[in-house]
Amino acid sequence: MNIHEYQAKELFKKYNVPTLRGHIAFTPDEAVKAAQELGGNIWVVKAQIHAGGRGLGGGVKLARSTSEVREMAAQILGMQLVTHQTGPEGKLVQKVYIEEGADIKKEYYLGLLLDRALEMPIMMASTEGGMAIEEVAHNTPEKIIKVSIDPLTGFQSFHGRKLAFGLGLPVEEINTFIKFASALYKVYMDHDAEMIEINPLVKTGDGKFLALDAKMGFDNNALYRQSQVNEMRDLSEEEPTEIEAGKFGLSYIKLDGDVGCMVNGAGLAMGTMDTINYEGGRPANFLDVGGSASAETVAKGFDIILKDPNVKAIFVNIFGGIVRCDRVANGIIEATKITNVNVPVIVRLDGTNAIEAAEILNNAGIANIVAATDLADGARKAVAAAKGE
Amino acid sequence: MSILVNKDTKVIVQGFTGKEGTFHAEQCMAYGTKIVGGVTPGKGGQEHLGQPVFNTVAEAVASTGATVSMIFVPPAFVSDAVMEAADAGITLAVIITEGAPVKDMMFAKAYAVKKDMMTIGPNCPGIITAEECKIGIMPGFIFKKGNVGLISKSGTLTYESANQVVKEGYGITTAVGIGGDPIIGLSYKQLLPMFEADPETHAIVMIGEIGGDLEIQAAAYIKEHITKPVVAFIAGQTAPAGKRMGHAGAIISGGAGTAAEKMAALEAAGVKVVVSPADIGKALAEVMKK
Repeated sequence: MNIHEYQAKELFKKYNVPTLRGHIAFTPDEAVKAAQELGGNIWVVKAQIHAGGRGLGGGVKLARSTSEVREMAAQILGMQLVTHQTGPEGKLVQKVYIEEGADIKKEYYLGLLLDRALEMPIMMASTEGGMAIEEVAHNTPEKIIKVSIDPLTGFQSFHGRKLAFGLGLPVEEINTFIKFASALYKVYMDHDAEMIEINPLVKTGDGKFLALDAKMGFDNNALYRQSQVNEMRDLSEEEPTEIEAGKFGLSYIKLDGDVGCMVNGAGLAMGTMDTINYEGGRPANFLDVGGSASAETVAKGFDIILKDPNVKAIFVNIFGGIVRCDRVANGIIEATKITNVNVPVIVRLDGTNAIEAAEILNNAGIANIVAATDLADGARKAVAAAKGE
Repeated sequence: MSILVNKDTKVIVQGFTGKEGTFHAEQCMAYGTKIVGGVTPGKGGQEHLGQPVFNTVAEAVASTGATVSMIFVPPAFVSDAVMEAADAGITLAVIITEGAPVKDMMFAKAYAVKKDMMTIGPNCPGIITAEECKIGIMPGFIFKKGNVGLISKSGTLTYESANQVVKEGYGITTAVGIGGDPIIGLSYKQLLPMFEADPETHAIVMIGEIGGDLEIQAAAYIKEHITKPVVAFIAGQTAPAGKRMGHAGAIISGGAGTAAEKMAALEAAGVKVVVSPADIGKALAEVMKK
């Protein structure tokens, strides 16, 4: 789960990770009020969406008067902001963050995430602030300094010194930087964060460090104990069909092909997409129906897949282990009674009681249900059906 | 022969009396696994499925001589259960539970390593030595005895692969479902040498997926140390970047962890890599005939 910049900064403030003062606004009027409350004569109007690259897309603007604040907030609110992370359709901006101006001397990058190979958090810093870190890592990897932090002992000053000297900071700024990095590590651990990215981290004219931007993602498995983070969830930033699928214990991700798939198990679901692709078709989605594959979940699966108008055929691929195939077959037949399935459905059931399942499907005599013998046969038939063959 | 577990392995179940623990412990016993007891705090002294229940893992180990624990406790209690097992001298914990927080596993794994306890999972189907010992939730009947070792991040792809291997006329020594979380216990790199050393294993099937770099590490290890033929499939060739594909660890982040890079690394290490999972059995038959 991800949160907005202004929400991440709320968490930062509680841990004394320095940020600028700012207020959230949903209308141009509120934006002006926010600017007046902040005072000063320069403000930044920042679109709040869950995607990076907002500045380049025209979602971050500098205002030198309250009338400019109004003008820019009016421009940004309601726009479909397109960045390299949103896809071509962009994301609707529903709120802007109004922040005070800052005297920026230099920009850096600072990030924290789990290193899966080391099985501990790593903190990364770079002098190339404001650039996409993936590009820096690719083009000039020597400009990224990394420290791995053993969670049993936590963040130590030497971690901070290694990063600070690596960034070429003058001696008198080292302790300020260590304090910043140490507080950030605490934010990360205390909230079960998956990643924190500050890009840019800025140094001001008076030698202070500030999180000018803030991006945070969290471990979904830990949300049950992170009530504060949970309250920050913005459902309007997520795919409605993915949310709905989640309510029924289904894991769904929309793709852009025309062969819908319904599979038990995440690995086999990915493998099914790959098989469809291998057989010359294009998968319309990832869908893991989980272990039970009951009539209700299968019916819900059909509903969700068929919300996508591109879907021309559906491949149901179930490997029955503990769940018996005959029960799944009955589930599929029941599901076609609950919901209207108007495309060919290719069904491959293998594993426990597969023979009984094939009989059940054949005897049901439903015109648009086609049985397949194995994974390759099912994928081939589904691809052909989607092509109208 | 086999790796890690066999017909003599004594197993306890943590979360023994719960719904999942009960159902699967029963299935494992029916398969032939020596389940010698279980742990449910507060229910010590009772009997469940004909076996003793203990309050602590330490008591269970002292009384039964168990060396392996199968863990079914709810996600919030997984790290505690793993550490208790490690503290009690268990040598292998098989963690079936799905949904354990990453931070908890980070601490639990570090503690297990310190106590010399191996772990499998979490969020995995478990481990099975064909026709001898099943510690997990896989349908046992698919795994006919034979000469193929199997390592997989995915449950249903494990069943799919084992099924294809059997249909080609071969069978399985041991199959290990290592799980698809960001932090897992035994991985390819630790399991490959075990299969290499097992005289009954003649070939290895490895199933990977997008996210992380365990498969790349495996490729480097295979190149240097593995003489037996290896067949591999990497799931998620068609998965979009930045999207989590069901498993917590199955995500291409920052352009890294793609199926393409893993397939290339494995191919360069001399592994027979199949593009379609439907070809795993066929590819295995080919390398076995060589």
